[in-house]
Amino acid sequence: MEKNIALIINGKKRKVKAHPAERLLDVLRENLKLTGTKEGCGEGECGACSIVLNGEVVNSCIIIFGQLDNGDEITTIEGIAGKKKLHPLQQHFLECGASQCGICTPGMIMAAYALLKKNPKPTREEIKEAVAGNLCRCTGYTKIIEAIEKCVISNVKI
Amino acid sequence: MGVVGQNVIRLDGQDKVTGRAQYVDDITMPDMWQGVAVRSTIPSGKVLSINFNPSFNWKKVVIADRHDIPGRNVVTMIEEDLPLLVHDEIRHIGEAIILIAAPTKQIAEEARRHVEIKYEEWEPVLTIEDSKAKKRIIHGKDNVISHYKISKGDIAKGFGEADLIVEGTYRTGAQEHSYIEPQGMIAVPREDGGVDFVGSLQCPFYILKALERLLGISASKLSVKQATIGGAFGGKEDYPSVLAGYASVLALKAKRPVKMVYAREEDMIVTTKRHPSVVRHKTGVKKNGTLVAQEIEIEFDGGAYTTLTPVVLSRGFLHSFGPYFCPHVKIEGTAYATNTPPNGAFRGFGAPQTLFAVEAQMDKIAEALNMSPYEIRKRNCLKIGDEMPTGQILKESAGGMECLERAAEMSDFENKWKEKKGVGMSFFLHGGGFTGSGEVKLKSKAGIRLEKDATLTVLTGCTDMGQGAHTVLPQIVADAVGVPLKMVGIETPDTSKVPDSGPTVASRTTMVIGKVLCVCAEELKKRLSEVAGGNHRDFESLAKAFLKKRGPLTIIEAYEPAPGIHWDDSTYHGDAYAAYSWGCDVAEVEVDMDTFEVKVERVYMVQDVGRAVNPQMCVGQIEGGTLQAVGWALTEEQRYDRGRLLNNRMQTYIIPTTLDTPEFETVIIEHPFSHGPMGAKGLGELPLDGGAPAIVNAIANATGLRIAEIPVTPEKLYEAWKKI
Amino acid sequence: MRYFKCENLTEALGVIADKETRFPLLAGGTDLIVQWGGRMPEGIVDIGGVEELKLIVQRENVVEIGALVTHGTIVASKIVQRDCSALVDACKTVGAIQIQNRGTIGGNIVNASPAGDTPPVLMAFDAKVELTSLAGRRHIPLREFYLSYRKTALKPDEILTRVIIPKPKPGESATFYKIGTRKAQAISKVVMCVRSIIQNEIVEDIAIALGSVAPTVVRAPKTEKFLMGKKLNENIIDEARKSLAEEIKPIDDIRSTADYRKFVAANLLGRYLTDTFLRSPSA
Repeated sequence: MEKNIALIINGKKRKVKAHPAERLLDVLRENLKLTGTKEGCGEGECGACSIVLNGEVVNSCIIIFGQLDNGDEITTIEGIAGKKKLHPLQQHFLECGASQCGICTPGMIMAAYALLKKNPKPTREEIKEAVAGNLCRCTGYTKIIEAIEKCVISNVKI
Repeated sequence: MGVVGQNVIRLDGQDKVTGRAQYVDDITMPDMWQGVAVRSTIPSGKVLSINFNPSFNWKKVVIADRHDIPGRNVVTMIEEDLPLLVHDEIRHIGEAIILIAAPTKQIAEEARRHVEIKYEEWEPVLTIEDSKAKKRIIHGKDNVISHYKISKGDIAKGFGEADLIVEGTYRTGAQEHSYIEPQGMIAVPREDGGVDFVGSLQCPFYILKALERLLGISASKLSVKQATIGGAFGGKEDYPSVLAGYASVLALKAKRPVKMVYAREEDMIVTTKRHPSVVRHKTGVKKNGTLVAQEIEIEFDGGAYTTLTPVVLSRGFLHSFGPYFCPHVKIEGTAYATNTPPNGAFRGFGAPQTLFAVEAQMDKIAEALNMSPYEIRKRNCLKIGDEMPTGQILKESAGGMECLERAAEMSDFENKWKEKKGVGMSFFLHGGGFTGSGEVKLKSKAGIRLEKDATLTVLTGCTDMGQGAHTVLPQIVADAVGVPLKMVGIETPDTSKVPDSGPTVASRTTMVIGKVLCVCAEELKKRLSEVAGGNHRDFESLAKAFLKKRGPLTIIEAYEPAPGIHWDDSTYHGDAYAAYSWGCDVAEVEVDMDTFEVKVERVYMVQDVGRAVNPQMCVGQIEGGTLQAVGWALTEEQRYDRGRLLNNRMQTYIIPTTLDTPEFETVIIEHPFSHGPMGAKGLGELPLDGGAPAIVNAIANATGLRIAEIPVTPEKLYEAWKKI
Repeated sequence: MRYFKCENLTEALGVIADKETRFPLLAGGTDLIVQWGGRMPEGIVDIGGVEELKLIVQRENVVEIGALVTHGTIVASKIVQRDCSALVDACKTVGAIQIQNRGTIGGNIVNASPAGDTPPVLMAFDAKVELTSLAGRRHIPLREFYLSYRKTALKPDEILTRVIIPKPKPGESATFYKIGTRKAQAISKVVMCVRSIIQNEIVEDIAIALGSVAPTVVRAPKTEKFLMGKKLNENIIDEARKSLAEEIKPIDDIRSTADYRKFVAANLLGRYLTDTFLRSPSA
C-alpha cells in the first residue's frame, strides 16, 4: 500500500512513492538517494538527520512518510549550495574548522539554516539554543558557533 | 613560506559540508544484503538450545553459526581469547551467537526476533571487587588480565622522610565514545575467494591481521578500505575487526556483499567503553610541598576478554605519577576480568583515569598543607634532567612549567582560588606514540608517490576520522619536499594500496608517520637529484625531468625511533615514550547549592604540542577533547544492572550539548621535539587528560566538597553535602 | 498496514469509533514513532492534518489551546506569552527545536509521562482538557485526567481536543522549573510549576504541581493547604519546604534518586516563595 505524495524537494517538484510507515529519513536516503542527511540515533536525540520541512527544522528519523502532505517543501543539505558556490554557512563551516568527522555537519548546517531564515541576526545565545538539538562529539561546538556567528556578521542573505 | 603552521582548510572539508562525503551507510552495492547478530541476553552461562520459530519463513535469509567460520573462531588482537561467535561459554550480555543476513534490514530484524535461545545461567562476576575476590574464576587462574609493577628509590625511606602522608582513593566510570556515526562494515566476496572490506574503522591493517586467521584466507586475498569515518575516538580501533568478522562470514555464506551497520542501541550495548578504574594513592610530602614518596595502586575493569586491556593498563600505569618528580615511587597496576563487554581504547587510553586520580590527589595534598594548588604543582613539576619512575631521564621538549605559568596567569588562578570563586587546576602530560618498544616493533611504513603529472601522493594506512590527519600529513610533505600544498594529495587508506603505517591511535600519526614522511621526502629529493640533477628552478621541473627519464616513483620508508631511546619490557624500565606533550587546564564552575547542578563556565587550556602543524585543527582537537572530558566529569556514565546496560540510548547517556559547553580559551605552546616532524609531538589524546580533574578540583573550591569519583553528578554532591 | 490520514475531527472520531479501525492516533509523532521503534502498529490514525485543532483562542476568562498546537507555536504565541508565560518556559525545554517544531501539546498530555514538561504547568493552572467522541464533548480537570502510571481517563473512542487554561487573576504569578539531565534535550529529574497570589506577604492562593516525583504528574495538596492564608516569613518557608519533601514520594531510577528529588523539589519551592515574597510590594 504505497502512497504517492507530490513534494517540493530542494526546490524541485517530485512525485514520491513510498510506504506511509517508512521513515522520512529512509525515503530521502534510499528512495531519493539524498544521503547527505545522516542517521545517528534514530530517536530524535542527535539531530544528524535534521532537514527543513516547510521552513522548520525537524528530525527526519521520527517523521513517517504518511505524515507528509502534497505540496510540502523539504530542504536538505544537498539543496542549499549554489551551482558553483557553497552556501555561506557551508563556506564558514569550512573556514572555521567547524567540521571534523563531518557526520553531524549536514544536520547542524540545516538547523543553522532554519534559524537564519527566521532570524537573520541571532545572538550567540540564540545560536546555541538553535543547534542544541544537534550533537557533535568532535569539535566542542565552539567552532560551529563561531561559523554561524561569522555568517551572521557577513550580512549575506540566507 | 611553508604551510606547516598555517590554518589550512581540511582537504576533505568540501565533501563534508555539502553532504557528499560517503560514510559506510551511504554506500550501496547491487545485490547487497544486511546482516544482524543474534546475541546473548545473559552475562554468564552457556547456550542450551537455539530454536528457529517456524512462524518466520527462514528461506528468506541466510544463517551463519560458528561452524560457518572458515578459519579459527577467534578475533586476533593481543591475545587470541576473543571468539567471534560464542563457543562454549557466554561471558557477557550481547555476545554474538549466530548471524543472519537478509535482503533488507526489516527482514533481518524480523528474523532476529524469531530466534529463541535457551540458556544455562551462571552467577556473573560484574565488578572489580568481585573479580579480585575471585567470586568465580572467569579468566585464567585468578581473573587477572594484566599486571605491572615498578619501583624507583626506596618507598619506605621516602615515607620516613615525609612530614605528612596523604591517602586517597579515586574512581572513574565507563565512558561511551558516542561517535555520532555508529559502527558499520561492508564485506564483499571476491571471485578469487577473498573478501574486500569497506567500513568505519581506525586501523585497516588490524582487520587484515585478524581476518587472515578468522577466515583462513591469505592477506593477499583480503583488502580493507576506510569509508569516511563519522568519529571514532578509539572506539573504532579494535571493534571493527569483530564487525568485519561478522560481515565476512555472512558474505561468504550468502555469496554477496553484506552490510552491517549498528543501530545506536546495539552499538552502545556491545561495543567497547573506557575502562572503569579504581586508583589508590598514598603520598608522602614535605611541609613545603615537595613530594618524597608516591605509592600508587591501579585497578582497571577489563571486561570479558583481553582485547586491548594490557596496553590500556600499561599507558594508565605509565601516566599515573603525573608530570611530577618524586624520588621514591612504587606503582602497581592490575586489570581484572568481569562479565561485561570488553572495555577498550578511548582517547587517552587509560591515562585520563590515572591522571584524574593523581590530579585530585595533588589538590587534596595542597589542601592538607594549606598551599595553593598552583604552588604545589610548580614545586614538583618535572624538568629537563629529572628521572621519571621508569628511570627515563627527561631530555628535551618539556613545556610543563610554561603551561602551568601561562594557565595560572591567563586565568588569574591564584586570586580566584583564594576567593573560592570555583576554580580548579589540572596539570598533565601525555606520551606520544606507542608505549615502550612499541614503535620499534611496529616499524611503521609510509610513503610518497611521485605521479606522472609531477604531483605527490601521500601513502599511509593512517586514517582520517575527523582529527585531520589527511590534511596535516600533506602539509608536512608539502614543506618537507618544498612544494605548494596543492601539489600534494593523499591516497585513501586501503590495504591494497598503502603501506602498513600501524594503527591510527596513541597520538602517533602526526609525530610518527609525519616523521616517516619527512624521511621519505628527503629520500625522494635525493633520488630525483641523482637521476635528474642539475639546475632546476623548482621541484616541479626537477620532478618532470626525472619522470621523463624514469616515470613515476614510489618511496616507502619505515620509522626509526629517536636515537638513545631504550625500553626493557621485562623490567618496565627505560624510556616509556620518546616525547611527552604537556598541558595545564583551569576550569571555572558555578554550583547551584539548591540543586547541586554544576555549570562549567570557562576552561583555560594551555597545551604544549611541540609544533602546531595546523593551529586551527589543534585548537579543534583541544576543544573537542576537553568537552568529552567535561561530559565524563559530570554526566557520562554507563550504568549496568546485572551486566545489562541501562542507559543504552542517546536520550539516557548524557553527552554535552551546546548549552552545556563552557567558553574555551586555548593557548598552544611549542617546545619542539627534535625527532618529530618540524618539532611536532602527539596531541589527539592530551586534551582528554585535563578536563575532569580541573572540574572536580573547581567544584571543591566552590563548595568545599571534594568528590573522589566521577561523574560528579548533582546526586553525588548532594549525598556528600548531607554528610557534612 | 492501514493508514488513515484524517482531514477533520469528525472523520478521525469516526475511524476510532469503529473497533475494527481503532488504531493509535498519531499527531507529531515525536514520542510515538520512537516508542514504535520501527515495529509499526497494524494501523495508524494520523490526525496531524486536522486544522481545527491547531488554534490558540482567547476567550473572556480562558485561553484554549488546540491539541495539535506544537510547542514551537506556543513559544511564539503572544497570547500564551501574556497569559501563561510558565507554559512558554515549559515548551522551550521540550527536547530541542526539532522536537518543539513537531511535538504537540495534546501529545505531551496524553503521552502521560510522569516526566512530561507541560503537564505540571497546566495542572498548576487548574487547566481542563476537552475530550471528544462522536457522542459529544466532556471537560475534565487535568488533575483528574491521570489515573495511574501512563493511564489516563481518555476513553478508547475519544480524542483529547483542547486544553483550556484559566486566565491569571490580578496579582497572580507563576514559575516553571525543570531540573534535568543536562541543559538542553533533557529529561527531567524534577519538573515543577508553582502558581500563587501573594498579597501583603499573605498567601491568598497557591498551586504546586510536580513531575518526575510520582507515577503521574501530581499536585501537592497538603503543602498547598499548609501555605494557604499564611503570612510568609523564613520559618513558614522552611516549614513549607519540609512539608513538600514529606508529601512527595519519588523513586530512584536511571536519572536520579528519591532523596535528591525531594531535596530539589523542596528547595525550588523555597526559592519560589522567597523570590515571590521579596518581590511582593510590601516586602
